Amino acid sequence: MARPSSAILLIEDGVYALQGNSAAATRLQQAMENHPVYALQPDLQARGISEENMLDGVEMVDYDGFVKLTTEYEKSQSWL
Amino acid sequence: MKFSILINEGPYTHQASDSAYHFTAAALRADHEIVRVFFYHDGVYNGTRLSVPPQDDRNVSERWSALGQEHSLDLILCVAAAQRRGILDEDEARRAGKDSNNIAPGFEISGLGQLIDAGIQADRLIVFGD
Amino acid sequence: MATKKFLYVNRKPPHGSIYALESLEVVLIGAAFEQDVTLAFIDDGVYQLLQNQDSSAIGTKNFAPTFRALGDYDVNKIYVERESLELRGLSKEDLMPLTWEDEDEDWAEKDSIHIVSSAELAEIIEQQDVLLNF
Repeated sequence: MARPSSAILLIEDGVYALQGNSAAATRLQQAMENHPVYALQPDLQARGISEENMLDGVEMVDYDGFVKLTTEYEKSQSWL
Repeated sequence: MKFSILINEGPYTHQASDSAYHFTAAALRADHEIVRVFFYHDGVYNGTRLSVPPQDDRNVSERWSALGQEHSLDLILCVAAAQRRGILDEDEARRAGKDSNNIAPGFEISGLGQLIDAGIQADRLIVFGD
Repeated sequence: MATKKFLYVNRKPPHGSIYALESLEVVLIGAAFEQDVTLAFIDDGVYQLLQNQDSSAIGTKNFAPTFRALGDYDVNKIYVERESLELRGLSKEDLMPLTWEDEDEDWAEKDSIHIVSSAELAEIIEQQDVLLNF
């Protein structure tokens, strides 16, 4: 449902969608054609998802970066 | 920029409160203003004074109390959600005829209007939940 | 007081957890603040609007009837995602007939519920100021 002008940030268990060859990762790859996708690095690290076994093209941010993203985009929607 | 934070889950069971805490701390580091941190649903459990987590783990409630104190944050527990779940301050306990209260320092109990107001006043309302 | 567009996004079903009930409580309290309110029901959230909900046998407070009062609180923009309904084998006829009275048209009774596509809902979401999820 994300619009082209939106970015997607994966946090908490959402980062599992970036895991290697998962079905979720495939869908995310499609989304990446239209949206920048970010992931919260501390959450990746906690879950043992490293750059090697992760989807390419995802930009990692820390909490400071998370805050910065919310200032750069007009609205924040948490998809709970 | 002005931020309001909504936390919909209790401590430990979900990561929401932790994520919200780290986000809030980062926002303060970047000199943003935190209008209010509002705790709803099970989020009100973050406001208990009686949590005794293992020594080698973080104390979620105390951590919020400390951040609240350091930055004079408005940490609000929704009154209806808190009553349902048994998180009471002295006034609420007396009103309800309960024999004690359990609210953690730095937290206040107030109505849902504070959440709406938090949304009106802030530039961004960030929701943390499940 | 500034007027902002508040959107309440509901994706969880009622009764099995409290999110639906407590989300509705925010909507009702929020109505007193005279903001521009929209509700969206997506995924399992569409179940909140099903007809004939009766929680007496499970012994919980049935809040489903409260949805009918929304019209009186000036909450009349209720969007339900078509794809979510279809995936669940549901249609508008399965939902409560929520209405409101338009004082600008001689108190004519109108539907509050609008079935919209995912894409249309995305556009509606884009227009909002404050996005609340429960």
